Amino acid sequence: MEPTDTSRPDYYHRVVDCQWACPAHTDVPEYIRLIAQGRFTDAYMVNRESNVFPGILGRVCDRPCEPACRRGRVEQKPVAICRLKRVAADHRDEVSGRMPTTPKVKNGKRIACIGAGCASLTVANDLMPLGYEVTVFEQYGEPGGLMRSNIPSFRLPQTVLDEEIGMITQMGVDLRLSHPIRSLRELLSNGGFDAVFVGSGAPKGKELKLPGREAGAANVHIGITWLESVAFGHIGKIGERVLIIGVGNTAMDCCRSSLRLGAKSVKVMARKPRGFFKASEWELQDAEEESVEIVINHSPKSFVVTNGKLTGMLFDKMAYDIDAEGRITGERSLGEVLFPADDVILAIGQENAFPWIERDLGIEFDKWDVPRVDQQTFQSTRPEVFFGGDAAFGPKNIIWAVEHGHQAAISIHRHCQGEPVGERLAAGVNLQSRKMGMHEWSYSNDYTPVERRLMPHVSLKERFKKLNIEVELGFTAEQTADEVQRCLNCDVQTVFSAKLCIECDACIDICPVDCLTITHNGDEADLRARLKAPAKNLTQPLYVSAPLPQTQRVMVKDEDLCVHCGLCAERCPTAAWDMQKSYVHWPHAADEARVLQAKEPKIA
Amino acid sequence: MTFIAKPKVAHPSLPKNALGFTRRDYEGALSTLCAGCGHDSITAAIVEASWGLALEPQNVVKLSGIGCSSKTTAYFVSGGHGFNSVHGRMPSIAMGANAANRSLHYIGVSGDGDTLSIGLGQFCHAIRRNLNMLYIIENNGVYGLTKGQFSASADVGSRAKKGETNFQPPIDPVLLAMTLGASFVARSFSGDKQQLVPLIQAGLRHQGFALIDVLSPCVTFNDHEGSTKSYAYTREHYEPAVHADFVPLEREITADYKEGETLPLIMHDGSRIVLRKLDAAYDPTNRTLAAAQIQERMKAGEYLTGLLFVDLEPAQSAFHVVNQTPDAPLNSIPFEVLSPGSKGLEKALARYR
Repeated sequence: MEPTDTSRPDYYHRVVDCQWACPAHTDVPEYIRLIAQGRFTDAYMVNRESNVFPGILGRVCDRPCEPACRRGRVEQKPVAICRLKRVAADHRDEVSGRMPTTPKVKNGKRIACIGAGCASLTVANDLMPLGYEVTVFEQYGEPGGLMRSNIPSFRLPQTVLDEEIGMITQMGVDLRLSHPIRSLRELLSNGGFDAVFVGSGAPKGKELKLPGREAGAANVHIGITWLESVAFGHIGKIGERVLIIGVGNTAMDCCRSSLRLGAKSVKVMARKPRGFFKASEWELQDAEEESVEIVINHSPKSFVVTNGKLTGMLFDKMAYDIDAEGRITGERSLGEVLFPADDVILAIGQENAFPWIERDLGIEFDKWDVPRVDQQTFQSTRPEVFFGGDAAFGPKNIIWAVEHGHQAAISIHRHCQGEPVGERLAAGVNLQSRKMGMHEWSYSNDYTPVERRLMPHVSLKERFKKLNIEVELGFTAEQTADEVQRCLNCDVQTVFSAKLCIECDACIDICPVDCLTITHNGDEADLRARLKAPAKNLTQPLYVSAPLPQTQRVMVKDEDLCVHCGLCAERCPTAAWDMQKSYVHWPHAADEARVLQAKEPKIA
Repeated sequence: MTFIAKPKVAHPSLPKNALGFTRRDYEGALSTLCAGCGHDSITAAIVEASWGLALEPQNVVKLSGIGCSSKTTAYFVSGGHGFNSVHGRMPSIAMGANAANRSLHYIGVSGDGDTLSIGLGQFCHAIRRNLNMLYIIENNGVYGLTKGQFSASADVGSRAKKGETNFQPPIDPVLLAMTLGASFVARSFSGDKQQLVPLIQAGLRHQGFALIDVLSPCVTFNDHEGSTKSYAYTREHYEPAVHADFVPLEREITADYKEGETLPLIMHDGSRIVLRKLDAAYDPTNRTLAAAQIQERMKAGEYLTGLLFVDLEPAQSAFHVVNQTPDAPLNSIPFEVLSPGSKGLEKALARYR
């Protein structure tokens, strides 16, 4: 293999599995270390820089970081990254003094954001400090988008939502509530905006067209619309027996909300076996803890309506053939089953809908009636119109929408400054040694064998008393102290300089997880098999050094299970190994602005 | 010296030996030697070899004297027995233990000072008595623990870290052992585990005294230019003459050996040592020729390495043969049998009256 080029920012970024998996590239190990030091406010600010809504995401993020976490490969359970984010948000001090400031003198460019959800708010957050005048149009009376309307308050308290949205709107955003946009043409031609960002989400719940749907309409609800009505107080109760169709995260919110609105028996009806569920494992657990029954292998057939009122639903009981790889290869019905119900909630997906965008504005739509949006720049085929969040590529999670917002803000800035939107700043990585003295490293590199801490919950007796009692209590001080030590500091990188190596084998002998080998070079498959512990996880790269001075062999490191304990560097007599913190620099609009400003000094 | 504890986590795909142990189970305390010390690599090789032989840790006896090398017995097979003896007196302790229990695996680890200076007499007599043990010399040419004075294995012309030159001729443990009749004599290098690990395994299985002199650079006091035992110098000057593959009884020979190039030797327990001559002119089964060749090459400044001499014929001089030690460990023999009592003593004494 060729020597690994570690100057590519991607190489060290990828080693930090959580940060690599996070769409917004949150510097997770850095903020966990800050929490460990009790610097909650600093930890919060590290979070906010990349994910904008740490308090919200610390509760309801989809956590792409956790399945990626190295700790999950070393033992079974990943670090409770999301829970720790909430710790930072819950225990921080006042941060208003640390928010980006908005210049009084504006730069003369006006931006419209449609929808006051996380994507639009991120755009506003990034552009307000640069002197843009940002107007956010929101159809409802309160900002927050799906974060407010679709996430029940027992999971995400309003106070948290209000505070973090407030941090952005208080920058001077012109927030127009109860102001739906009915026509984009109207906005484009008469609004006087230099750019328009569409962050209107995926607000349309999928319909289930089965016999009886029309007749039972009064008691058949579309999940996201129903949650919205609950959130805004339009619905205050539901029947005793409730069936939820679908088993995604919306279904979990629907079933748990139903329990708080008077339902006695709630069943979530799944078409397939458990392995095929879309809901996050922890949301399933939380629902089951509240005695929600999850019924597998039942495919909806018809709504049963008696005397004009919904009385139940008919299902096909299914059997599936599943192959060795877990794929369904065949299915058949074992017969019909009736489930009595007073209400049925459909939670089988949602999609974006743009009835208010005229199709002759130069914004191209594809055959699924979804706008054509550039994956990198979020620009539509009409240069001044940008899309982000669920509106761009369909329903994803908040954290994706935030990153869309960041990227769209860069594009909008470049567009407004007359720069090509595609030629953006590249990501970078800085390395800084963590060596303090002979045996001192400025990070906690002791491996702590403690197991993942569990989130304490409000008791089952208490939590149903009101709709908005937050169920998760947050980590205690002791739990936090344990959990932070589980982080392996993957951002403190093992950096190798081949020319210093004397091939004494000290690092190889000491490595607790056998990830180092000095051997003759070969191709990747050959090397992977010849390592001290064969590198079977092909998703993790091998590091291969330049030829070593004394024998021309190479140092090979399997990145898979390195616990970043630093023993290789500690044992290295020549400091060929060093532990260096990698700062992955992922540019935002402010960085673009700095660079553009430096390039073209303003003429006074 | 390291202050961080070695994490208890291990690679989940680490292979297990016949006893269900991984390599990690044969480790010991964390080394307090200098970072980069050759001794730590030898420790790792012993760990690897013991794991490969599936030794039961409780049947391993680790013996040492004084010196950096002698600290290392604490760093492997923490489940074994250990004795850290007086300087240079490890062979006496090994002999006593061996006499009391011949069924254990004896690993003595010593240094060039412990073996060739203060302990030279004990070393020679252990060879003469053909103790059944593996004797590893971690040879770095300096007294590391007292800051780098020349040891008795320092080569003529070798320079110390502070600049002095050594003029006294070295004592070569390999040649010494061969003249004293040792039946298993090897030399290796801490930086070459592929060579060292099978040598340790064969040495552990060898019936009789097995010596492995391991060149083990002192990274702090003897790894500079002008040193003849630095990593760089050793790599340039060590010449593998005979590679010994150790094939335990339970495993078939799977490697592809061409006839004529290899010499399989059957050990007492049926295991095999497969010798592969890397230097066609060298004969590791002829004591006289081998010794001559080693000397010749040494004059040219080369260290011949590998299994330099081996004789697997059971020796009449073997310690247990000569002394008729019992098969059963003394601690398993009833007290009445072990101690003849006052009447028995009378009887025995009467024979000499």
